[in-house]
Amino acid sequence: MKISEITKTVPIDEVGVEERVARLNSRSIKKESKVQALKLALSMIDLTTLEGMDTPGKVIQLCQKAKEPHVALPDLPTVAAVCVYPNMVPVAKKALRGTDINIASVATAFPSGMSTLDAKLEETQQVVEDGADEVDMVISRGEFLKGNYSYVYDEIVAVKEACGDAHLKVILETGELQTYENVRKASDLAMHAGADFIKTSTGKVKPAATQPVTLVMLEAIRDYFYDTGRKVGMKPAGGIRKAKQAIQYLVLVKETLGADWLTPEYFRFGASSLTNDLLMQIVKQQTGVYQGVEYFSND
Amino acid sequence: MSDRIEVLKTYKTYVGGNFPRTESGRYYKVYDGDDNILANACQCSRKDLRDAVVAARNAQKGWNNRSAYNRGQILYRIAEMLETRKAQFVEELETIGYKTKKAKAEVEASIDRLIYYAGWSDKYQQVFGTINPVSSSHFNFSMPEPMGVVNVWAPEERPLLGLVSVMAPVIVGGNTCVILASEKYPLSAISFAEVLNSSDVPGGVVNILTGFKNELLEHMTTHKDVNAFFYTDPDIEQGKRKQIDENATLNLKRVRRKPVEDWLSEEAQSPYYITDFQETKTTWHPVGL
Repeated sequence: MKISEITKTVPIDEVGVEERVARLNSRSIKKESKVQALKLALSMIDLTTLEGMDTPGKVIQLCQKAKEPHVALPDLPTVAAVCVYPNMVPVAKKALRGTDINIASVATAFPSGMSTLDAKLEETQQVVEDGADEVDMVISRGEFLKGNYSYVYDEIVAVKEACGDAHLKVILETGELQTYENVRKASDLAMHAGADFIKTSTGKVKPAATQPVTLVMLEAIRDYFYDTGRKVGMKPAGGIRKAKQAIQYLVLVKETLGADWLTPEYFRFGASSLTNDLLMQIVKQQTGVYQGVEYFSND
Repeated sequence: MSDRIEVLKTYKTYVGGNFPRTESGRYYKVYDGDDNILANACQCSRKDLRDAVVAARNAQKGWNNRSAYNRGQILYRIAEMLETRKAQFVEELETIGYKTKKAKAEVEASIDRLIYYAGWSDKYQQVFGTINPVSSSHFNFSMPEPMGVVNVWAPEERPLLGLVSVMAPVIVGGNTCVILASEKYPLSAISFAEVLNSSDVPGGVVNILTGFKNELLEHMTTHKDVNAFFYTDPDIEQGKRKQIDENATLNLKRVRRKPVEDWLSEEAQSPYYITDFQETKTTWHPVGL
């Protein structure tokens, strides 16, 4: 699709999408492949805390978890990034000094996005200045649903500019977009406007990330890549708590976009409790013993 | 003359308040007293166990947060439900070779056992809790608290009474459990799950699996999210006992074995069955001089 055709609707076969997801989910991944997938998923996590009650202490603890997911397994990969609210970026920056772990910050009046453009740009510039490597912005769903696509497009372009060198992830909040066609359209808009990643949800709206929505977005990424040659990343976020789900997402990515996208550079999970489930499954694979969550740090 | 085809019951498992089939798709044959096939029972796998432990763990906090009195009421309710289905259980026991009199005695003893433990629900804390004399200005007291999730092997003999006798003391104390039913006679256990399901017991408090003890032993005793293991088997080999004990050390599971001779006797019920799965918490409460 060209940007001039953006108002045209790409029809999505709802039943087909859901059937394809169901078929891919039936795939069985065991033993060594499973361990590899679990470790890969761990390395793709944006370890996230986005609560009104977050404190510097909690963020520091989360950063510690990011650096060393499980003390008993020092060889594990670290997570890809830590994702926090703007005022916690300096705290995370300090806690992650000397590591490869990125700092992602939500911005643009997360989670609602109901603010003025000036305020959003100022917030974006501020978090980048404070040291965020990645910015997770939300689109204006109200404007989008009204059909004011140019507003949404211009906003993303402006935020992208404000990001400078920082990567921009665009949150579509698919739980509010009503239809798969809208998800597809929002994905196309965001990518054309310069998004480095498209992300499903804020985690504050239910349903958050679902596999069918992710598939629709992955197909948008694929088509955009064929049209422009630019690779855009994907980040499902919210509601992914189990290792099994994570592996199912990896299968979706592999089957839709290929192995090129199976790296933290192009695929992320926005999650927090997923980390411990992945760790529990990795230890289960190594020891053969089912694990209890009490034996893993609670961050 | 009736040419009606009888509708037979599919015996499934009981996990988290639902009746799923085993994920493994495996079944084993259950025979009556005369070697005729009665039904197919689920041959549960380690994954069914894993799911059951998750259900039990999720239910534990809520179950423990209920008042002791309420847990007693619910146990009493199980007894009420069992009473109304007495005939069904008597008949089911007869199919595996029980004489009517013996079957009736077993069902009635099961009901009475539930009432017995229902009565203890808000009393064992009073009997086993203590106020301890200390020399500082503290009010010092110790109370029993549930361990958490208990894996249980139901006795092989006495498919209903045995099951009830191991289940009731575990749950009345605020624990949740995963029970592997009698391997040879699993059908009453699944029918009993229907009783549980209709008697205010929250889903996940009692989970009942059927299958082979030897197959599930390893994971039932090693699982690190399980706090205790309870079995009764009087004839278990020494090697197996050792294996159970060793596996349990992995996360310091408490192991209790109660080889009961006669499940109808007084020996099969006591408040000590409750405290077997309780830990003691001692509180130092400051008081003025």
